[in-house]
Amino acid sequence: MNTQNPKKDTKPKISERRRFLTIMAQSVGLSALGGLIWTGYVEEAKASPLLLRPPGALPEKDFLRMCIKCGQCAEACPYDTLLMAKPGDGLPMGTPYFIPRDIPCYMCTDIPCVPPCPTGALDQKSVSSVVDGKEELDINKAKMGLAIVDHESCIAYWGIQCDACHRACPLLDEAITLEYVRNERTGKHAKLIPVVHADYCTGCGLCEHACVTEKAAIFVLPRDVAMGKPGDYYVKGWSKKDQERIKQRDLSKLETKTKVSERSAVDALNAGDEELFDE
Amino acid sequence: MSSLFKIRYLLLRRFTQIGLLFLYFGANAYGWKVLTGTLSSSTLFQTIPLADPFAVLQMLSAGALLGIDVFIGAAIIVLFYGIVGGRAFCSWVCPVNMVTDLANWLRRKLLLDKAERKVWVSRNARYWVLVLSLVVSAVTGLAAFELVSPITIFNRGVIFGMGMTGGVLAAIFLFDLFGIKNGWCGHICPLGGAYSLIGRLSLIRVRHNQPNCTLCMKCKEVCPESQVLFMIGKESTTVNMGECVNCARCIEVCDDDALGFGIRDFATSKAKGEKR
Repeated sequence: MNTQNPKKDTKPKISERRRFLTIMAQSVGLSALGGLIWTGYVEEAKASPLLLRPPGALPEKDFLRMCIKCGQCAEACPYDTLLMAKPGDGLPMGTPYFIPRDIPCYMCTDIPCVPPCPTGALDQKSVSSVVDGKEELDINKAKMGLAIVDHESCIAYWGIQCDACHRACPLLDEAITLEYVRNERTGKHAKLIPVVHADYCTGCGLCEHACVTEKAAIFVLPRDVAMGKPGDYYVKGWSKKDQERIKQRDLSKLETKTKVSERSAVDALNAGDEELFDE
Repeated sequence: MSSLFKIRYLLLRRFTQIGLLFLYFGANAYGWKVLTGTLSSSTLFQTIPLADPFAVLQMLSAGALLGIDVFIGAAIIVLFYGIVGGRAFCSWVCPVNMVTDLANWLRRKLLLDKAERKVWVSRNARYWVLVLSLVVSAVTGLAAFELVSPITIFNRGVIFGMGMTGGVLAAIFLFDLFGIKNGWCGHICPLGGAYSLIGRLSLIRVRHNQPNCTLCMKCKEVCPESQVLFMIGKESTTVNMGECVNCARCIEVCDDDALGFGIRDFATSKAKGEKR
């Protein structure tokens, strides 16, 4: 047989062992390729910060870890506020969110969306307060986002009388207050300017829903996005609460990068100016 | 009537698949309290938690400290399929099965297997994808397959609105029709892989009665995991490989009463059943 087809012999042959190793290498290599693409996709997909989550949701990173995408929160919502991200929404797939301009959170006092969560991605403790030694649901503790006013498009800032957001706010005169500011243009009127207070605002979005401008001039953003952070170097010396904040900082992480000058304060002020004197 | 009898299990499977979707849909649309949630995690009769064990595994791999409910739910599912159902989730529950079955049916009708060029992917690829999804979950801190799973995307689409879900299903349909025969369910899907492992030792199995067999091979033609039917015409035993989805198509197409449901034959499973 072999003599009839000498070419066959010249083909390189590999052992079973080598075949096994090659196939394993191929499988591992292709898995690594798939893993890189997959990881890249997941990292991109979860990086959409402008999302409002249901009440009691953990911080976004933990929420994405914990949400099993069962939709039981959305099903429990009596107002169809909560949506489940679907293909085409460009949001982390299958996670609940809401668009307050369409349907805001009406802040049900019994918070039907939180208890059905099977994983704890919606944390019941964070929207409960202790009343008479018993833990009771308290929607006012929700921190879904923070309302922001665009001074340019808010017609109250123009001097036109509008308090739609203020009246829509479930925590009226706490989360949104009206400030009276003299209208310099007319010289005889007041502007009633809405001011949002982050300590009280739950981010329910009823203000955004009620806003009369074409595109809402008051709108809810996730608190991470909407808020700055003064850091540990600035303290309200007149506020006990703020001083507590500073006391709780982690001193082990505090480091000074600038070298402290070795010269005395007086020297630093007077050194190097000898040439200024005539003598 | 006999033609209906020929697809009795198929009709029953479509009934459970569509019926479950209907219950989920009704829970959201009309407030029915029978089965709330989605295939990822549900609540039965407002009391019994159910959870997708593979989703829970990914979330654990992503570092989530989960509530007790999902563990109980996942345990119930694992016990049911592990002891009773085998890999029945794939053919009796999973809605994507309807899409891939349609693709496979068209493949047979259009004789695509005879004409098209073959693309080869190992049927073990799903186990690689399974491990990979756990690795990617650990790296990204997010259940990786759950983010892209067409099963739950389809499921949620029916319940909460489809959006672009049709595109995802079309991709799978085209892959199975023109790409690889049973490509998604039989090669890639890591959830199918997970249920293959969970259902490895389950009791309800397809039983082959060899003396009746005329070697027509209709069963192998219709089987989505035809490698599990290696004993056809050779010996009387049960189909013990975990990859069998218990869809019972083989039982229906058999004209010779050589196949039926039975209880796992443990004796042969040890001797020959686990052979690949």
